[in-house]
Amino acid sequence: MAPSAYLWLLLGAAYFLIPLVSTLLFSLKSNTTGKCCTAANYGWVIHNGDFWHTLKISFLLALETIVISLAIFVPTIYWVHLKVPKLRAVIAFFALIPFVVPPIVMVVGLLKVFKGTPDWFYAQPWGFLAGAYVILAFPYMFFSLDAGFRAIDVHTLTEASQSLGARWTTTLVRVILPNIRAAALAGAFLTLAIVMGEFTIANLAAFHTFPIFIQYVNETQGFPAGALTLMSFGITWAAMLSLLFVGRRRGARAAIVAGAR
Amino acid sequence: MPMPFLDLQDLHRDFGTVKALDGIEISLGEGEFLSLLGPSGCGKTTALRIVAGFDRPDAGRVLVDGRDVTNVPPNKRGMGMVFQAYSLFPNMTARQNVEYGLRVRRQDKAGRRKRVDDLLELVGLGHARDRYPHQLSGGMQQRVALARALAIQPRVLLLDEPLSALDAKVRVQLREEIRRIQLELGITTLYVTHDQEEALSISDHVAVMYGGRIEQMGSPAEMYSSPATPFVAEFIGTMNRFEGTVVDGGVDHGGTRLAIEAAQGRPRGQRVLVLVRPETVEVGPTNGDGAANTLVGDVVTQTFLGPVTRLKIVGSGVDVIADVPTQKALGLPVGTRVAAVLPAEGVRLLELRDDLPELAEEPLPTAR
Repeated sequence: MAPSAYLWLLLGAAYFLIPLVSTLLFSLKSNTTGKCCTAANYGWVIHNGDFWHTLKISFLLALETIVISLAIFVPTIYWVHLKVPKLRAVIAFFALIPFVVPPIVMVVGLLKVFKGTPDWFYAQPWGFLAGAYVILAFPYMFFSLDAGFRAIDVHTLTEASQSLGARWTTTLVRVILPNIRAAALAGAFLTLAIVMGEFTIANLAAFHTFPIFIQYVNETQGFPAGALTLMSFGITWAAMLSLLFVGRRRGARAAIVAGAR
Repeated sequence: MPMPFLDLQDLHRDFGTVKALDGIEISLGEGEFLSLLGPSGCGKTTALRIVAGFDRPDAGRVLVDGRDVTNVPPNKRGMGMVFQAYSLFPNMTARQNVEYGLRVRRQDKAGRRKRVDDLLELVGLGHARDRYPHQLSGGMQQRVALARALAIQPRVLLLDEPLSALDAKVRVQLREEIRRIQLELGITTLYVTHDQEEALSISDHVAVMYGGRIEQMGSPAEMYSSPATPFVAEFIGTMNRFEGTVVDGGVDHGGTRLAIEAAQGRPRGQRVLVLVRPETVEVGPTNGDGAANTLVGDVVTQTFLGPVTRLKIVGSGVDVIADVPTQKALGLPVGTRVAAVLPAEGVRLLELRDDLPELAEEPLPTAR
């Protein structure tokens, strides 16, 4: 590697690491004296009931969003690639809408549209919020899955499976899904990261999620906020790694093959 | 006449304004091997896909063993199919690929294992059963695909240009194996190819298709020796062709009178196409003009084909292609003036009519 490459690598590492190290140093200061170094802020976070409660809500919401998104988009994109490839461009256009429409506009619209729906949907994060997050995750899920489907020969694999006696569902589960596993995992990671950090919609719709808790701590506590930020960063990464582990355990070879194509 | 096992009755299929199939009729007995042969776009793959159930005809029927399966979905037809390439499931080993159809049919594990092992041995891949498709060569992948198609004990085996992505040596080797296995299992087989050599070498019957129609169907020997249409004559093998007019006891070609047996019984003045295989043309030194059936010209090219060498002889008003033994060709270098003698027997005459497909200026390439 050329010396200039090391310089750029160092600059890149500094860009990512300096804020983290600064946050770490900040989080180690005493909340009463302001001096270094104590782990008390981390203890405060861990012993805070709201921390675990909101973390659980956000994590479950992320999982729900991932499951709903995969259940909707995998068969849809499969069908589009197989039967109506011309529709792909139309769906890709719609997938860009969540990027273009600001979350604040979206949440106002969604609140109006769903006003009057039953409480189990409108008043629950598992209903309204999950629905909004599926829309928010749409582009990430679509473009990840679309790339996965384009990397395999959907037509031939489907026809080969059918000629051997398999139904659509069997073909989808046993042949198609294992071969787009890497793409589905990528979509799932992005969705997880989005949901774990989404603030605007949750705040305006008055749901108490993990990002709302972080914001609350930021406003009311000084140094514990640093500890909480770092912990949320670590938790999100741990969640992604666990998804990767679960996904790879059974589909490692498929992912390797898909990558080799 | 015994009832055909696979019967395609008056199949029609249009794609917009293009007639992909225009009244296909094929009857195939049980255990027979038929090749659908033709250039790209002639409708052969469409016909195969309709038999497989991946496409539906606009009109006509597909019968298997007397039962109409035209509207039966592909997963319920019990047909094994081998595709051009890349059809193995990448997430499964060779064994799992072959086992797939049996798992779908919920066959017991012991029975599955035995059948998979037997089939992988049959295709010569017993040693590679635990390899993934990306760890297999193209030829090995197609062998696995063949074993996979055979695993379900299909009523009809369908092969869609299975060798087209392979190199020449593997292609010859594998086509012989396909035929060996087909004969061993006695399975009714429909094979699609654009390679006439492939079709002629392994089939019981060959059907040459053009423009969504079957031009001619027959045994490989019939197709080669007695082409029924100018298109078939052009497509199968290399053929010299001369236009001429029937005269008493022969054909007049641009003032040269050719004594051709096949001209007898034809009306005088009939426009005909004279078809002569290169291997039947005798080439030798000129002994003066005017000898019967002799066209005089210069050797302009020599193409070495192994045991024979192909000579292109250009004379006044006619080009002749002749295959001569390579040893003899050494004495006829480019530039030599030679006499090409057309045989009186074995020459095929076809009536030239306006409703027949137009011939290409040059013989059609036999793309591989």
